[in-house]
Amino acid sequence: MKLSKKWLADFTNITADDKEYADRLTITGSKVEGTADLGADVKNVVLGKMISVERHPDADSLWVCTVDIGAADPTVIVTGADNLKAGDVCPVALHKSKLPCGKEIKKGKIRGVESNGMLCSLDELCLDLHDYPHAAEDGILVFTADEIKGFQLGDDIRPVFGMDDKVVEFEITSNRPDCLSVIGLARESAASFDVPMTVKESVVQGSGGDILDYLDAEIWDEDLCRRFTARVVKNVKIAPSPVWMRQRLRAAGVRPINNIVDITNYVMLEYGQPMHAFDHACLQGGQIIVRRSGSGEIIRTLDGVDRELDDALVIADEEKAVGIAGVMGGARSEITDSTTTVVFESANFNGVSIRKTAARLGMRTDASGRFEKGLDPMSTLPAVQRACELVELLGAGEVVDGIVDVIASDRLPVSLPLEADKINALLGTKISRDNMAAILEKVGFTVDNSNLVTVPSWRLDVHQWADLAEEVARFYGYNVIPATMMRGAAVQGGFNPRQKLERQVGVLLRNLGYNEILTYTFTGQVAYDKVRLSADAPERNSLTILNPLGEDTSRMRTIAMPAMLETLARNASYRNESARLYELGRVYLPNAESETLCDERLHLTLGAYGNGADFFALKGAVEALLEDLRITGVIWTAKSDDPIYHPGRCAELAVDDQVLGRLGQVHPLTCKNFGLEGEVFAAELDLEELFAAMGPERTYVPLPRFPAVTRDIAVVCDEHVTAQELQAVIAGAGVKKLVESRLFDVYTGTPIPAGKKSMAFALQYRAEDRTLTDEDADGATAKILTALETKLGAVIR
Amino acid sequence: MKEQLTALKHEALAAIAGAEDLQSLEALRVRFLGKKGELTAILKQMGGLSAEERPVIGQMANALSEKLTGAIAARREALEAVALDAQLVREKLDITIPGTREAVGKQHVMRKTLDEALDIFIGLGFSIAEGPEVELAVNVFDKLNTPDAHPSRDWSDTFYFDRDSEYVLRTQTSPVQVRVMENQKPPIRVVSPGRVYRKDEVDATHSPMFHQIEGLVVDKGITMADLKGTLNALVEQLYGVGTATRFRPHHFPFTEPSCEVDCQCFKCRGKGCPMCKGEGWIELLGAGMVHPNVLRNCGIDPEVYTGFAFGIGLDRMTMMRYNISDLRLIFENDLRFLRQF
Repeated sequence: MKLSKKWLADFTNITADDKEYADRLTITGSKVEGTADLGADVKNVVLGKMISVERHPDADSLWVCTVDIGAADPTVIVTGADNLKAGDVCPVALHKSKLPCGKEIKKGKIRGVESNGMLCSLDELCLDLHDYPHAAEDGILVFTADEIKGFQLGDDIRPVFGMDDKVVEFEITSNRPDCLSVIGLARESAASFDVPMTVKESVVQGSGGDILDYLDAEIWDEDLCRRFTARVVKNVKIAPSPVWMRQRLRAAGVRPINNIVDITNYVMLEYGQPMHAFDHACLQGGQIIVRRSGSGEIIRTLDGVDRELDDALVIADEEKAVGIAGVMGGARSEITDSTTTVVFESANFNGVSIRKTAARLGMRTDASGRFEKGLDPMSTLPAVQRACELVELLGAGEVVDGIVDVIASDRLPVSLPLEADKINALLGTKISRDNMAAILEKVGFTVDNSNLVTVPSWRLDVHQWADLAEEVARFYGYNVIPATMMRGAAVQGGFNPRQKLERQVGVLLRNLGYNEILTYTFTGQVAYDKVRLSADAPERNSLTILNPLGEDTSRMRTIAMPAMLETLARNASYRNESARLYELGRVYLPNAESETLCDERLHLTLGAYGNGADFFALKGAVEALLEDLRITGVIWTAKSDDPIYHPGRCAELAVDDQVLGRLGQVHPLTCKNFGLEGEVFAAELDLEELFAAMGPERTYVPLPRFPAVTRDIAVVCDEHVTAQELQAVIAGAGVKKLVESRLFDVYTGTPIPAGKKSMAFALQYRAEDRTLTDEDADGATAKILTALETKLGAVIR
Repeated sequence: MKEQLTALKHEALAAIAGAEDLQSLEALRVRFLGKKGELTAILKQMGGLSAEERPVIGQMANALSEKLTGAIAARREALEAVALDAQLVREKLDITIPGTREAVGKQHVMRKTLDEALDIFIGLGFSIAEGPEVELAVNVFDKLNTPDAHPSRDWSDTFYFDRDSEYVLRTQTSPVQVRVMENQKPPIRVVSPGRVYRKDEVDATHSPMFHQIEGLVVDKGITMADLKGTLNALVEQLYGVGTATRFRPHHFPFTEPSCEVDCQCFKCRGKGCPMCKGEGWIELLGAGMVHPNVLRNCGIDPEVYTGFAFGIGLDRMTMMRYNISDLRLIFENDLRFLRQF
């Protein structure tokens, strides 16, 4: 909402400077976004009168003007415009002047004649024909006598243009549509500065006749229209509105059109009540009906577009709609230059209905925006009266006697007790009851002797004591309320065990060199395609957003891998040579049993490429995580059928048959789909399962008292035998003294026969009660070798 | 023999004193004191001595042996000290050569900001509550006093999963508050961080998915003054003791009175700069006293209990804190960005 300070001064006298005004209004709840000085960009431009206008001696297209600028001597200015004659009064930009368009003017010689400035056109003043409808489009702006009344030649041009005004831009919250008006803001301003405000009741002379000879109105759909008020103006003379009105509209950001339309906009800005003017001649049958549109009813709106209506509220005559209520008027009844009789109507429509219609038609207007927030049903009559007063003031027509004012339902004023103690208890203050009453009265509430507060009709947002508390607080001062620390029962804060675990996982991964990422949790079938999920893959069954931003963000992800690969690809394309990334993010697994349609589970994804990234580096990171989480007994199974991964380099990890996740090298075709080159490694683990698989807290194990004995063995076995199988046999060979067997070498090639490989293990033995002898170690090793040979055909090399 | 021993003493001591390195010193030890050394050679002649002379010479020889052993040890110590000095000089490093680094990953800057905030709230006795992102509209809107026709429920603003608009992607973390109030008796003191969703196209300041942290306190006798005290504590811990706050009336359906809280611009300390668009204040969060309707909707008697709530946009807070100009950077995960923090 843009508020002209000059307009504000019609209602209340604020002497504070711009900054003080902005700060005060902001802290009482009308947030000021900025204050614009309309004349800030204009300097040294004055009012001047042409004494003579003569052809330039050396140029057929130029004129030499002698201009009276109120100084002792006239000045000479050369112009190219052809619309000037002696006696014309224009804006004159003098030597070293600045214009709103950004131009700076200096004197100079034009074809040998000294020119001491410039005569200005609308363009150079950043104005247009809406502001000065009589101006020559390609010429110098020549003022009418009306426009310069009260000004002297040589006067600063800014007041002439109304640029001696400041416009304050407010951000008004949706609960306060009453503040989307000059009067509403005047009320807030006056209350903020503790000064009075006055709104004069409009006086309409009238010109006889009877409105009922012109029209009557009825409301068919009373749920959608509480009140409908109208007056008629005859013998209308359509003309531009006077300069002061044009300037105020311009200051408020509204483009002037003609006197009748300008009046409706002026009243809306002043009272916050939208109104509409339409041509009475277009009304069939003299009866206005406020009703729901039929389905498929079509109306051509003011912007010339045919609109199909569906359950919209319309203003209609006996035959068809003349306007979409609260949104836009119809083209048929538009005010034109030939209009002679005008109906001014102002109504109170149901905000929800207006909002739905405006949204469905995609035409949110200033009026619809106000209606949808809810308006005061008491303001239709004052608005219509004000419009008629302005009609008479502007001489725009003759107001017919009588008012059509249909009230479908009354809104009773809200009354509630002033509970000072309760309010103080909520605010933490000690404001007296009388002080509270005084504050409330400043903004239009009344408080009677029995302590009953009556809420003004325009405050549709006030229903209960907490609302009164806010009114009291904002004028008492939010910043005057003390700041205290909560008392009461001590509360134990902190992370719960589960939240601690999540943080533990993050810390470990960062220590392993992985960087945390955050990705979008919505995805699309395309992402599932890119990780090459089959058409019937269960992961594709994901929650669907019915109104997504796009297909690629229309599903809640069931796997986080596509987002990880996307991120790796983006980093590769930014030429980040290597990457190690992790994400702790949710996935959403559809579950009809769930209260919220799905189970939200936390997944851990890892991704890496470049600089030493390989399968075992990734596996090592996962193993470190398993150890950190005290997860033991993990079984690794090779998976060759996961489309995300390389068929020979993919592992699934499980504990007690519960799968924890998978990891591996990303399949070259999957990589290709993401534009990833080279080897890429990734893992996706279900953090919920990892947490569930955690072993008990560790306790201290006494340090060994006797040294260990080690033996290295190398066995040759079939190349398909896995390390996990060999380890299992070693561990199961019945050697109690074995405390560790560590694979330290895998070798194929000469002299190992084709189809075979050599696997070397470091075996460590220890007894708790003595130092083992060589014989002990050799015996144990022999036992292990026998087991390896009999169970797996692995023979010592 | 006495002369021999005396001569040996002089020669040996001179030689030991003149030994230039440990090797030659060891050679001297062997030469004079070894099994086949000169002292032993002299002592072998003892057999020819008289019974009176023998102990005298024996004593002399022992004294000499001790003397030489001592001299050698002293010389060794000196030479070792010299050698160590020389070694240390040789081993001098250019300590300006960069260290060999283990790669350590970074926490995402948004999470870093979140953890910082959580630390502060935990210190104030808050616990952390989480809830689902796919939520019931009744928790996101109805119980939070948001009217049926409120624009935030529009399909143009909120993501829906069903035609009846019953299931949504939460637009705020406030439904967690509802769940907490329905499942826990006051006193309640929780913060709920998390992801929220609104139907905004991606640009420098908007994202359809972003992060919030909300706080809720419900107890007997909780006041707006307590809200101010708590938020002031937050701001002082985030931006330094003495950072001023400004509370402005505002409107939210779920609080009454409601406010927005600005903090004094931490760049210019209130003078006005590009960071605060010349205002001297930076909008930080929205807050208010829990609306009586909300308490009632969640089964808490507003005649007995009061409470306050606040909500902070974490991404925005992160951007302000680290001077990040474009929200897209937060979700782009470019390592060159991630590694900066």
